[in-house]
Amino acid sequence: MNKLKNFTRILVLICSLAIAPSNYMSVWQIQLEAPQYPEGLKMEIWSHKTAGDVNKINSLNHYIGMALIKDENFREFKIMPWMIWAMIALGLLTAVSGQRIALWIYSGYLVLCGIWGIYDFWSWEYQYGHNLDPHAAIKIPGTSYQPPLFGWKQLLNFLAGSFPDTGGWLIIGSSVIVVALLAYEQTRKI
Amino acid sequence: MKKLSIISSGGVLAALCMLSPISGCKPKKVDSALAGKAAEKVYIAPGKKDEVYLFTSGGFSGQIGVYGLPSGRLFKEISVFSEDPQTGYGYTEETKPMLMTSHGYVPWDDSHHPQLSKTDGNADGRWIFINANNTPRIARTSLSTFRTEEIIELPNCGGNHASPFLTQNTEYVVGASRFSIPYDKEGDASIADYKDKFRGTISFVKVDPRSGRMNLNFQLLVPGVDYDLARAGKAVSHGWCFFSCYNTEKAHTLLEVNASQRDKDFILAVNWKKAEEYLAQGKAQKWPAKFSHNYWNEKEQTTVAESVNAVNVLDVKDLPGICYYIPCPKSPHGCDVDPTGEYICASGKLAAVIPVYSFGKIQKAIESKSFDGDFDGVPVIKYEAALDGEVEKPGLGPLHTEFDANGHAYTSFFVSSEIVKWDVKTRQVLDRVPTYYSIGHLCVPMGDCVKPYGKYVIAMNKITKDRYLPTGPELCQSAQLYDISGEKMQLLLDFPTVGEPHYAQACPADIITKREIKFYKLDDNNHKYAAKNEKEAKVVRSGNDIHVYATAIRSHFTPDNIEGVKVGDNVYFHITNLEQDWDVPHGFAVKGANNSELLIMPGETQTLKWTPDRAGVFPMYCTDFCSALHQEMQGYVRVSPAGGAPKLKFSTGEN
Repeated sequence: MNKLKNFTRILVLICSLAIAPSNYMSVWQIQLEAPQYPEGLKMEIWSHKTAGDVNKINSLNHYIGMALIKDENFREFKIMPWMIWAMIALGLLTAVSGQRIALWIYSGYLVLCGIWGIYDFWSWEYQYGHNLDPHAAIKIPGTSYQPPLFGWKQLLNFLAGSFPDTGGWLIIGSSVIVVALLAYEQTRKI
Repeated sequence: MKKLSIISSGGVLAALCMLSPISGCKPKKVDSALAGKAAEKVYIAPGKKDEVYLFTSGGFSGQIGVYGLPSGRLFKEISVFSEDPQTGYGYTEETKPMLMTSHGYVPWDDSHHPQLSKTDGNADGRWIFINANNTPRIARTSLSTFRTEEIIELPNCGGNHASPFLTQNTEYVVGASRFSIPYDKEGDASIADYKDKFRGTISFVKVDPRSGRMNLNFQLLVPGVDYDLARAGKAVSHGWCFFSCYNTEKAHTLLEVNASQRDKDFILAVNWKKAEEYLAQGKAQKWPAKFSHNYWNEKEQTTVAESVNAVNVLDVKDLPGICYYIPCPKSPHGCDVDPTGEYICASGKLAAVIPVYSFGKIQKAIESKSFDGDFDGVPVIKYEAALDGEVEKPGLGPLHTEFDANGHAYTSFFVSSEIVKWDVKTRQVLDRVPTYYSIGHLCVPMGDCVKPYGKYVIAMNKITKDRYLPTGPELCQSAQLYDISGEKMQLLLDFPTVGEPHYAQACPADIITKREIKFYKLDDNNHKYAAKNEKEAKVVRSGNDIHVYATAIRSHFTPDNIEGVKVGDNVYFHITNLEQDWDVPHGFAVKGANNSELLIMPGETQTLKWTPDRAGVFPMYCTDFCSALHQEMQGYVRVSPAGGAPKLKFSTGEN
């Protein structure tokens, strides 16, 4: 009974293929709204770069002394595309082999990637929010500018929102399905 | 009892007034009270946008006004023929050449007739053209940047009034002379020899369909009368152009009397395709000329002023088939072609009727040679042969007509101060409304197009008097907005205008907004003196000239401390705005500049020339409120006596 059901294998195949586009689109987004920016500013985080209104956000951030957001500061952009390719590869391997152990490994990998991603994102947000230039024009004692991990948060005149973008939803959706399939296969075994 | 007596005395009064032809009772005025819902129709809630753009000529301001309708709110004055210190237009090194002419730098003009560029006879939102009447020129302004990109001077022209009236695909913009002048012996002739020696010209300026670049393709040498207004034919009459002419008496003094003697003046019909044929056959004379052609170099962000030395001239009296005169009652002003292109209505300022000519009949008359002799060698078509019919008793002093999409014409009447709506085919008067006061031109959105947008008519009034709070002897100009969507015209709004609009064009907003540019891309900036980041900022001396390659970004200039400038140096501040976002211009001013400020849009480089006349430390600062720390956006230039200047140095952020 170590073989996976065909149904599971097909779904795993679809999920792993569905992850592929996320290497070519924004995975996470940070939105900023302010009275002067009714149209909003959006920073996109792709697997290998930042995009969107990063330059505009940088030019505003210098007032509070936040460090420049520059792609070369993030080693993650070298690694993340391969992490995503690995997601696809492990998924294909699981689907083709049909081995339960492969599904365990695949699910474990996805969950670990998720935990690492959340931690890494939080630690960058912490660093940008707290590591402020002491000569900044606007200094409010005791205030940090750490954006939210998920959801909305008011930072001075800006309402900042942090949410998965299309690519992120593809990875999250696929991961949830894969883990659910593992749970299903485990109950079937008992 | 009292009530009853009032009613009964009212009844007596009414009874008396019914006998008014006999009793001489004062006739009732047309009701000027606003009917219901006018306020609702013009109210644009905060944050909402207008439906229509209105572009008014500035008249003696030389510029173009940009308004929203139906609110009547003023958004902008586009700098065209007059220098404008608040934008630096005509003051910066980049824009000074735009106002160059064969007479040198001309800082002002009189702009009359805006024309939106057209494709297939409809406004396309690419450019707006306008004429300068005084020093004859035509300008082209981009509608994606609202910046004047080109001005071409018209040689051999006394005053460019019947202009720029473009053809249905913007093949040509035209310019016909209002003032005829002599051409022999370098133009030096006795004014008394007007009848024999004075001639007019009509310039055909070709427009490149991609770049918009203008080129004076040829000029027609025409009889010496005053050419007033024009319209190009469209649809069936495409290939022709119609000009109104007054002063066919050829008076050269006291024209108000001497040019009002003849019963009929003319409409001049021009077959410009025929003229093109003659040009291709080499029938043009090459006349020496001297005129300036100034255009914006987008890449280098600066104006190039070229001097041109010759022009092709076609003398219409020797080249049959180009020009025909059509008699038209009493000093015509407007000469307007209906949306089908078939009907041409002319408005004689002193006439009691509006003649409506048929293009088909004009063609037949030419074929069958139904002529009434000629005028200075140009055949005169018989009035009846060209006429389709007349609008009887339309009002007093018809000036100008535009159209809606339902076969209606709207004519302005200066003397009787009203707009009259009539049916183009039946020529029946359908409605009339008063204007306040003495309307000149009017405008229906796309009212000169194949498919008019309609909905409104805008009256541009010549007399303001008591319509607004007074501002001393000089008053604002008065425009009025009427709803023409129903059977009856309805006054909606008064709104003041800047300059003195002679004519306006309007179109639905989306035609313009879809082309809008929000800022200039820094990557595309190839200005010779651009500093595209702060590391490129520098100060360089060459002889007495000092070039400051500076940057502006919220909220500092780089460099903002400069030393080593000597009294008498020419300092060129080349400021590049490094911002790449909408609505973040920076300004720049330096104490004692005999010049204006700079107003630099994001991604742009502009240059202010400054010649310090004394030693001292001169502040410079940003003049456009750019950010919370705008007031901190400042710096100093140290100017030392000519002999003892320190070494040139510059910095930002060094203490």
